[in-house]
Amino acid sequence: MKLFLGLLMLAPVLLGAAFAGAIEAAMGLDAFTPDLFNRFAPASTNNLLGTDDLGRDLFLRLLHGARVSLAVGVATAIAATVIGTAIGLLAAWRGGLVDAVLMRLADGMLALPALPVLVVLAAADTGRIGLPRGEALSDIFRIVLILALFGWVGVARLARAAALSVLARDYVRAARGLGASEARILWRHVAPNIMGPILVATALAVAGAILAESALSFLGLGIAPPAASWGNMLANAQDLVFSAPLAAVWPGVMILLAVAGCTLVADGLRR
Amino acid sequence: MIRLLATRLFQIAMTLAALSLAMFLLIGLMPGDPIDLAIAGDPRLTAEDAARMRALHGLDQPLMARYAAWAQALLAGQFGYSRLFAQPVAQVIGPALLSSLALLGAALTVAAGLGLALGALAAARPRLAGLVDGIAILGQSAPSFWAGILLIILFAVTLGWLPAGGVPDEGQSAWRFLVLPVVTLALANLAAYARHSAAALSATLREPWVTAARARGNGEARVLFRHAFPNAAVPILQVAALDAGSLVGGALITETLFARPGMGKLIYDAVMGNDTNLALVALLLVALVTMLATLAADIAQRALDPRLS
Repeated sequence: MKLFLGLLMLAPVLLGAAFAGAIEAAMGLDAFTPDLFNRFAPASTNNLLGTDDLGRDLFLRLLHGARVSLAVGVATAIAATVIGTAIGLLAAWRGGLVDAVLMRLADGMLALPALPVLVVLAAADTGRIGLPRGEALSDIFRIVLILALFGWVGVARLARAAALSVLARDYVRAARGLGASEARILWRHVAPNIMGPILVATALAVAGAILAESALSFLGLGIAPPAASWGNMLANAQDLVFSAPLAAVWPGVMILLAVAGCTLVADGLRR
Repeated sequence: MIRLLATRLFQIAMTLAALSLAMFLLIGLMPGDPIDLAIAGDPRLTAEDAARMRALHGLDQPLMARYAAWAQALLAGQFGYSRLFAQPVAQVIGPALLSSLALLGAALTVAAGLGLALGALAAARPRLAGLVDGIAILGQSAPSFWAGILLIILFAVTLGWLPAGGVPDEGQSAWRFLVLPVVTLALANLAAYARHSAAALSATLREPWVTAARARGNGEARVLFRHAFPNAAVPILQVAALDAGSLVGGALITETLFARPGMGKLIYDAVMGNDTNLALVALLLVALVTMLATLAADIAQRALDPRLS
């Protein structure tokens, strides 16, 4: 039920992201070219949700925002899952000092207020280390990098807990008794059996990353205009509360759909 | 208890040390420093001037030596100067911290109070539980700044009841400027309290001693408030401890949205204005306050529930 509801909420976001280019071509508009003769156009058959202060179509920008948000969300979640699973497995398997150090590190990162730290991290000028700044792709890469830096913690804790219980099972002891190498045990026996909790953690990580990206973009530290992101569309909408109040509604609805959808999917997977 | 306190305080100190080192190195490793900014702002400065200024400010030293000197001064209570405000950092941070604590305190009270009420409603009326759960998921998924913008559009732009942000001038009442930020921040954290208190209360209401209390003829309200609430307080405090970080993060974005001069806006402005010293000190202070709040909630849990200690 929850899984279904979550997928239902994600459907418009996924479809929008997949067909953004096709819809754009079909409507004969461009989401990025300003059209100053058509500023603040009301919703019509030409501009389904109207236009913004530069005359760009809001509906098409929402769809392009879906691409950015999903790209950031999924890429961050994959990175966080890979790092988190590796660290969780290592901590559970080695135990002792390695486990203590890694888990204290995780505790410390969980205790920190994430957003202020992310703001300071996001402001680090990656342009100086060779990444071009201001281009959508490098912005996405930068955001994914810093979000994954925090995102692995939740996955690692879940992976460690699940791996600890699997490592104590009889079939692991049996495999050891049969002479299986430790790498084989971790890869063939432990990893497949902790996929359930990890999948839940991944879905939650997607939701968290989309929310964090929108917050950073809203603050002007994430995806920079003219690229469209739901966060920077909301930042723009805040400047236009008097002239175009409706522009503030739709990006938020999209964030809500994407994040609540992922959360519900995670909840649904859990049972 | 004392052992726990000592361990946790040690952990907090280690976390702050690691955070400060990581941030200092990250900012320091990036090419460019304040002197480069000064040169960019004044074309008459020559390379020799720059080298002299670097030596004067110690920027020619290796990074680790600079970190050691900075950390030492910090521990001695010397927070240095803010480039952006041209004032000692301590003087800039003082009023901002008070403003943030007022916002956080008010928002926490509203969020915990309303969250508990919603949770109690869901626990007492299981039919409403699904509804409360749904609202809580939506509340946790909506970005707080979106809710804030919608509140501004409704109450400040359309109805004109409340100011859209900023600080009160002489003679204006301060609370009118606090309402929308507090509601925005509370809404963002309300959901977690509602969800967890509903879960904790309904689990407590299934305990055998609750049945016993009912069997003795206690009214449903008395069972809920006298018997179930104190027992559900522990998991709820746990949420408060886990949620401290997101509350502080929410305050940052709320202050930026409503142009309130608190710690959040200070960190944001410092970061945007390349004021690394102010940004680092403010960030460390915010992290310290957050971790102390978490610790306080943990200790309160143990004080309430002897089984935990």
